[in-house]
Amino acid sequence: MSGELLRVEGIGKHFGGFVALEGISVSFAAGQLTSIIGPNGAGKSTFFNILSGALTPTSGKLHFRGRELNGLPQHRFVHQGISRSYQITNIFPDLSVHENVRVAAQALTVSYDIWRDRARLTELNARADTALEAVGLLAKRGELAKFLSHGQQRALEIAIALVSEPQLLLLDEPTAGMGPEETKDMVALLERLAEKRTVLLVEHKMKMVLGLSKRVVVLHHGRLLADGAPDEIRSNPEVRRVYLGQSEGYG
Amino acid sequence: MTSPSSGEAVAKSSSGGLGWLLEQRVLLSIAVLAVLPWLLPSQALAVNVLIYGVVVMGYNLLFGYTGLLSFGQAAFFGAGAYFTGIAIGRYGVPWFAAVPIAVLLSTCLAAAIGIVSTRTRGIYFSMVTLALAQLVYYVALQASSVTGGENGLRGFTVDRINLFGFPVNFLDPVNKYYVLMAFAALAMWFQSRILNSPFGAVIEAIRENEQRARACGYDVERSKLIVFMLSGAISSLGGCMLALHLSIVPLDLLHYQTSGMIVMMVLLGGARSFFGPFVGAASFLILEDVISVWTPHWQLFVGAIFVLFVLFLPKGIWGTLLDTLRVGKARP
Repeated sequence: MSGELLRVEGIGKHFGGFVALEGISVSFAAGQLTSIIGPNGAGKSTFFNILSGALTPTSGKLHFRGRELNGLPQHRFVHQGISRSYQITNIFPDLSVHENVRVAAQALTVSYDIWRDRARLTELNARADTALEAVGLLAKRGELAKFLSHGQQRALEIAIALVSEPQLLLLDEPTAGMGPEETKDMVALLERLAEKRTVLLVEHKMKMVLGLSKRVVVLHHGRLLADGAPDEIRSNPEVRRVYLGQSEGYG
Repeated sequence: MTSPSSGEAVAKSSSGGLGWLLEQRVLLSIAVLAVLPWLLPSQALAVNVLIYGVVVMGYNLLFGYTGLLSFGQAAFFGAGAYFTGIAIGRYGVPWFAAVPIAVLLSTCLAAAIGIVSTRTRGIYFSMVTLALAQLVYYVALQASSVTGGENGLRGFTVDRINLFGFPVNFLDPVNKYYVLMAFAALAMWFQSRILNSPFGAVIEAIRENEQRARACGYDVERSKLIVFMLSGAISSLGGCMLALHLSIVPLDLLHYQTSGMIVMMVLLGGARSFFGPFVGAASFLILEDVISVWTPHWQLFVGAIFVLFVLFLPKGIWGTLLDTLRVGKARP
């Protein structure tokens, strides 16, 4: 399982005079879980927003499966095979759990059809149920999403991203705000996901990241600080200085 | 685990008879409208409920289901009426052809207003729709050689119509009601069609979470424009019905007060419910009818009742009723 999936070439992002990202060049191979870490304000979220099309980079290029993504509107990114979840739970609260995922599955095929019955699109319904089963939410399919627990909403968040069968799955702090029990479930889910897909993960919980990832990319002040296997990152003095030392308590 | 189709069946049967009834919403709504003239104090009131119900239903697609608060729906109500009147009176188009022509032209107007307004959000969207609808009002006021200006559009009447070979006296209130009801039925079928379709799911997703809908792969701007046009098309059909009914088109139809009334009606009846717009239109018109008998300041009282509704029954009459029934039936 090799072959380059995503190549980032000299990506930079400026907000007015503020430099959020500068000269990031990195490439991601298919079929592994890579984590992106860094202290608050390191530019992780900006980087993720660029990879998912929510922000347009000020400079640099994105190549995905040999195609340049620059200039593509955000809603086309999913159609290219890049799907994301959000750090702050971002679901459709007043729709059922099943409909949350079904509507995401539908985006790739029948958006503007007004002549068919959505209840009869059985293939989409089945795909939504498969995604719900993968995150352990099938039993809750009929409930309104807003009535789920926080941990369940985080899992739904991932099911929404997963149902488009993305080549690249971007997960922004999937364990944000979770207790230890819920975090354990989520880690198990991430391990299952990483068996079959290419996953990019932004996380704060250091131990979790180092145990889970094949590779870790460290950002600091908008620049690439280190890039390597978890063991290398753990022993990298630069990384220890800016990140590990100060966040030992993060667990 | 069960297959999705049997899962669907379980979900439906758990809501019992109510779920089945809700699936027959078009037929049930038509049945209620069919007996409406005998339920209300006057035939004239029933016809108005029919007309305003269709206008508000179209608006509900935009406001209730997509979450876009427009203050300019009167533009399409009025456009439907003016285009119908002009087509019949000025160009001698037969009535059954004038209606689709008017709906088509009104939909083009909705496209023009939608292209500009759907690029904005929140209060800006409301204000842009209001401003553009007022622009339409002033065009109708100034172009008096075509529209009749301040006096409204006159000079067209539909008295006898030919219905598939049968001559029908359109001045007879009962005949008129049922001919117009056929248009309302068509509008309800179309609305239900949209809501059941994949596109119906898209607009609800946009209402629930625009950012996530975009991240899921939906072109939010394009979807909003499409729903703006569909909403305008349905509301304009109500305008066509009004023109056929009155044989004049008052200029006030295009005024922003009409837009405000449409918003009040949908909130009274219940946004996001299929039959709510008809309940809202009926409640508003009955209130107007009853209160205006004993005071010319009826708007004061209707306004106060409206405020009470927004405060205590935000889901409106019909929405609250459905919620109550659901709580009683579902959840074993």
